Amino acid sequence: MDHVATSPVETDVLIVGAGPVGLFAVFELGLFDMRCHLVDILDRPGGQCAELYPEKPIYDIPAYPSISAQGLVDRLMEQIAPFAPQFHFEQMVSALTRMDDGRFLVETDVGTHFLAKVVVIAAGGGSFQPKRPPIPGIEPYEGTSVQYSVRRMDDFRGQNLAIVGGGDSALDWALNLHPIAGRITLIHRRDEFRAAPDSVNKMRALVEAGEMDLVIGQVSGLDGEDGVLEGITVKTADGPVALPVTRMLPFFGLTMKLGPIANWGLNLEQNLIPVDTEKFETSEPGIFAIGDINTYPGKLKLILSGFHEAALMTQAAKRICAPGERIVFQYTTSSTKLQKKLGVA
Amino acid sequence: MAAITFITHDGEEHKVEAEPGSTVMEAAVRAMVPGIEAECGGACACATCHVYVASSWREAVGGPSPMEEDMLDFAYEVGEGSRLSCQIKVTDALDGLTVRVPERQA
Repeated sequence: MDHVATSPVETDVLIVGAGPVGLFAVFELGLFDMRCHLVDILDRPGGQCAELYPEKPIYDIPAYPSISAQGLVDRLMEQIAPFAPQFHFEQMVSALTRMDDGRFLVETDVGTHFLAKVVVIAAGGGSFQPKRPPIPGIEPYEGTSVQYSVRRMDDFRGQNLAIVGGGDSALDWALNLHPIAGRITLIHRRDEFRAAPDSVNKMRALVEAGEMDLVIGQVSGLDGEDGVLEGITVKTADGPVALPVTRMLPFFGLTMKLGPIANWGLNLEQNLIPVDTEKFETSEPGIFAIGDINTYPGKLKLILSGFHEAALMTQAAKRICAPGERIVFQYTTSSTKLQKKLGVA
Repeated sequence: MAAITFITHDGEEHKVEAEPGSTVMEAAVRAMVPGIEAECGGACACATCHVYVASSWREAVGGPSPMEEDMLDFAYEVGEGSRLSCQIKVTDALDGLTVRVPERQA
């Protein structure tokens, strides 16, 4: 019989996604004494706000004429601190099973298990995944000759490696793998890099010394057989150039995919999760969806809509976590009980 | 209003009326021009509204900002006249603008 190596983490609520809406849900749920664990694929809280546009100002957060996306995340983290949320970063929820007692057993791709009374999907546009460059015929090489992240540096030992991209990931890995790989060719579409100047200088010094190659152009084709890469073609200003590379690491940023949530048996409409507008519950009782990931008539993908959805979802979640208990509506301005929970009374 | 023509990869022409002050991407999305995905909704954060500005219009439209250049690194088959259409503001001066939609977005 299979058995779980470590006992599952028991929690009132498991929140999938630690973006602004997932974070604010911790606050609303906390006021009603529900404890939360959050899972996110990123290595820090904030979701798209932290990953895509941390420096950009947001102008439609009530009472903030302008606040940077990272600023908003920082304030939310401060606001929910009294409720001590537990974060599980760099992992993605995979399987979900309803147990006989009504709770959900949720598993992540690195093997963390949760037993939750309520699951709240606040996954925004989905899980961040590396973007696949649309090079024709790339699929058979993925996971072997073509990788989108470096899991084991030793995979590249002695290999003729092409690193594609002009950002920090591309530059950092070009420098880190330089002593290990046989030969590194950095390929970028222009001779300008949006990476730390220090890394760019180091790379240029290696190219100058003949220890690394730099090709300005775009990869247009792959050669090889059975997933074993033997060479690539790069379109340059002087025409196509063939390079005998055996491994390729493209760094084209991140995109968002719904991922394994699509297999949880929930109703879906164009990769969004339909919910009702009283409880924001999905087609599966006890599983809620709030923020950009849900849809309902009149839905607006605004952070402030997600905040509202979190507050209403909380009422329904409380009925599941504490059945039979009377739910008292209180204001944080006047309720000593709520203020005690917030640590201000 | 400014008339903007999108030529999709299969050669089909889509003529769209765009309001000055909006963006070329918004005009495309409103008219459901195939091939303009605009995943991020216009935040210059995804490179899925990539177009090629016709050579005769490049001077009037202008070039990409440094931030847009960085994002273009993630686009497919970047070439002469490549722009992210969410970063092109429509003005009366762009009445008649023609852009090509690439074979695929990143």
